[in-house]
Amino acid sequence: MLLDGKIPPGNLSDKWSKAKFDMKLVSPANKRKYKVIVVGSGLAGASAAATLAELGYNVACFCFQDSPRRAHSIAAQGGINAAKNYQGDGDSVYRLFYDTIKGGDFRSREANVHRLAEVSVNIIDQAVAQGVPFARDYGGLLANRSFGGAQVSRTFYAKGQTGQQLLLGAYSSLSRQISKGAVNMFTRSEILDLVIHEDQAKGIVVRDLISGKMTVHYADAVVLATGGYGNVFFLSTNAAGCNVTASFRAYKKGAGFANPCFTQIHPTCIPVSGHFQSKLTLMSESLRNDGRVWVPKKKGDKRPAKEIAEDERDYYLERKYPSFGNLAPRDIASRSAKEACDAGLGVGDSGLGVYLDFSSAIERLGEQAIKERYGNLFHMYEKITNENPYKVPMRIYPAVHYTMGGLWVDYHLQTTTPGLFAIGEANFSDHGANRLGASALMQGLADGYFVLPYTIGQFLADQRPLSQSETGELEKSGQDTCQKVENKLNKLINIKGKKSPLQFHKELGEIMWDKCGMERDKKGLSTAIEDIGSLREEFWQNLNVTGSKESFNQQLEKAGRVADFLEFGELMCRDAKEREESCGGHFRTEHQTEDGEAKRNDKDFSHVSVWQSQDEKAPLCHKEKLVFENVKLVTRSYK
Amino acid sequence: MRFTLFIWRQSNKEEKGRFKKYQVDDISSSMSFLEMLDLLNEQLINKNEDPVTFDHDCREGICGSCSLVINGVAHGPERGTTACQLHMRSFKDGETIHIEPWRAKSFPINKDLSTNRRSFDSIIQSGGFISINSGSVPDANSTPIPKTIADKAMDAAACIGCGACAAACKNSSAMLFVAAKVSQLSSLPQGKAEADKRVLKMISTHDKEGFGSCTNTGACEAVCPKEISIGHIAKLNREFIRAAFKSDLNL
Ligand SMILES: Cc1cc2nc3c(=O)[nH]c(=O)nc-3n(C[C@H](O)[C@H](O)[C@H](O)COP(=O)(O)OP(=O)(O)OC[C@H]3O[C@@H](n4cnc5c(N)ncnc54)[C@H](O)[C@@H]3O)c2cc1C
Ligand code: FES
Repeated sequence: MLLDGKIPPGNLSDKWSKAKFDMKLVSPANKRKYKVIVVGSGLAGASAAATLAELGYNVACFCFQDSPRRAHSIAAQGGINAAKNYQGDGDSVYRLFYDTIKGGDFRSREANVHRLAEVSVNIIDQAVAQGVPFARDYGGLLANRSFGGAQVSRTFYAKGQTGQQLLLGAYSSLSRQISKGAVNMFTRSEILDLVIHEDQAKGIVVRDLISGKMTVHYADAVVLATGGYGNVFFLSTNAAGCNVTASFRAYKKGAGFANPCFTQIHPTCIPVSGHFQSKLTLMSESLRNDGRVWVPKKKGDKRPAKEIAEDERDYYLERKYPSFGNLAPRDIASRSAKEACDAGLGVGDSGLGVYLDFSSAIERLGEQAIKERYGNLFHMYEKITNENPYKVPMRIYPAVHYTMGGLWVDYHLQTTTPGLFAIGEANFSDHGANRLGASALMQGLADGYFVLPYTIGQFLADQRPLSQSETGELEKSGQDTCQKVENKLNKLINIKGKKSPLQFHKELGEIMWDKCGMERDKKGLSTAIEDIGSLREEFWQNLNVTGSKESFNQQLEKAGRVADFLEFGELMCRDAKEREESCGGHFRTEHQTEDGEAKRNDKDFSHVSVWQSQDEKAPLCHKEKLVFENVKLVTRSYK
Repeated sequence: MRFTLFIWRQSNKEEKGRFKKYQVDDISSSMSFLEMLDLLNEQLINKNEDPVTFDHDCREGICGSCSLVINGVAHGPERGTTACQLHMRSFKDGETIHIEPWRAKSFPINKDLSTNRRSFDSIIQSGGFISINSGSVPDANSTPIPKTIADKAMDAAACIGCGACAAACKNSSAMLFVAAKVSQLSSLPQGKAEADKRVLKMISTHDKEGFGSCTNTGACEAVCPKEISIGHIAKLNREFIRAAFKSDLNL
């Protein structure tokens, strides 16, 4: 597998402008002749589909929800970063670039991250022009807040609903193109495989979720914007439908999968309350602007929070990381919480929780000010826990939230399969081993509005459009792929065993959380690989999918996704086992410093691990060496 | 806790549906309403019966997928709360609960509790946007917008497009949905240029999609999980009258 990052030569800050200038263009009259399939309508997919259509390409967009507006991006709460430096607090494109590289623990590509920081400013302009109602100061200018891993205020937000507002902005642009007939939108349509013809991605196999009807769609290029795979852990902050199917099918068809084990565990989520729980709810990181994290100093102290005096509390983040305090990056904050709970200092009935306390902020700013900033989050917290966070501190615990790993892409966002592009959370590109808060929205929109629309032209310019080609052979291979998918669906339905898809999903999640979660070690990972293998075997013998394939069947949908998770989970464990170092969200207990911090191994692991599927044999791991020309690799310190 | 459920079962768009009775036991008060349905579904699967189909995704009250009429009320008994954010502690142990899909001509039933809400997308497609292309826009801070106006726009923009407003209205009017978008965009300076065209097109599509007219009963506001104010409908009406008047005069 050839891993050519196609990073343009020249100075870091000139690379993107130069690349844009050097790229081949497709003339306006010719764009119409090319068809592009965009799978996904989240921030990345909707922005890409709309922009490609504005440019004149013929676009088809797919999502599994009943409307593109319901993609998982809608749930993002806290905000989006951009190097606007509106606050005049010393921010710059370079600083955002540096923070992101450092936050990712030096496991991402310099050129990609710099480009991301450059275009971040355009995203805010774009969103405001669409009517996104970002928060403003009394002077009428845009307001900012701070997020973890940064010492400047560069996060733009719309109350606690930033993802919703940005997605509705992208959805409005997409809707405009749908009404013009430039985008053909397919909702309640699930992509179950890719059509690869003569080693290029040329189409997708789609199941209509209402009728069960299977169709094949062909195009000159396929863009996957299908989001992250956090649900492999069963419990996560992701929406119920988030899955790995599209990217995993791409991997099975030959595309390299990068750093699958890089998972982000978010420090501030509402703790699990029972075995029936179907998801975990995030409390935005923005809360750490005003909330202080603490646990009692005494083990097993079950007194109510307000009876525990100041000097009996350990504000452990402020103590351990004085310069970043409560705004230490996510991986560090999560592990510190786990450490405190493992030491018996956790709060709540389960002991798996720490306090996030707003009392000093409320005293300083008043309840009204806090309500304005976080009203909807406090409301949500109260709904779920039945406790009033204005009166008693919130209880929080880490939960799976985001996946930095994804399909390997080059600088042009193209995977190792020609004609197949991946954008948004579905690719691996910009966040290294740990993503900074408010940077996923930035990346999804950067990819969709400002990067892919240029880079895809470079690829298409050399292609003879399908609309002007003989497609008989292609259609044969499309039908063949479709038949294989149908066979698999039949197989799932015909097992007629005893256990539901949900049960298998839960069991897989337990293995993953236990062995491939916040802390990993070699022995545990080996056990996990075996356990997942046995669970998968049981799945194919004892699964019970009710109903038929030719109807609206949510159990069949779920079964298909779980089947892919059961294979993918193993790949994650392999990757985690192979990476003999700790970096960012990947913490191997064998590799830590004396005071329990992650110990990176730059000599042997300053690379992206890219996995190649080998059918029945174990997958191969290839390496893309990371070259740092502009930043010096240092031990990340937030002390 | 234990509950007796009467759930609307309908295998497809054409079939006539009916209520079916189920019993669930061992329900914890901190379970969400959808988790209670998950549990019921697991029981049904164990008995090889068809589980209940219902739409859901985020399960945190923001995607607008969940859409259940619970005991006759869209999204159930708690004000300002989607069905997915509703918890069983809001019900009495032993209670009987009726669960139905949205009922409105423009939301045909797909199966059981799931409806087709494509009509809402059509309304947005007809004008719920500002016509700009990616990239060709001014700096975000070039036009200051007073905080009060930005906040008002945000209140309207909070709509999650679930359809509860139309499901609760005796005329099946989706005016609150239309009003929220019109009000958000027309109160912002960026959205003013197209304000007239937008409101005329969106209302005409609303009517064409078969939604009824608004008679100001306020039923929509009462069930809106984002508590969007019916005041936006008044603003919509003003916008509409002005735009219609101008278009009559060919202004
Ligand atoms: C609770 C929460 C809060 C967050 N808050 C923030 C924040 O404040 N700031 C920030 O920067 N990031 C935040 N994030 C992360 C961020 O929201 C996501 O990373 C980002 O929105 C992903 O966008 P996306 O477009 O890549 O994918 P998604 O929004 O997940 O969209 C995926 C799309 O792909 C479609 N799809 C998937 N599989 C298939 C298939 N097989 N067939 C057909 N269609 C398919 C789906 O229908 C959907 O349209 C948050 C995440 C969560 C969970
Ligand atoms: S499931 Fe998303 S709003 Fe209820």
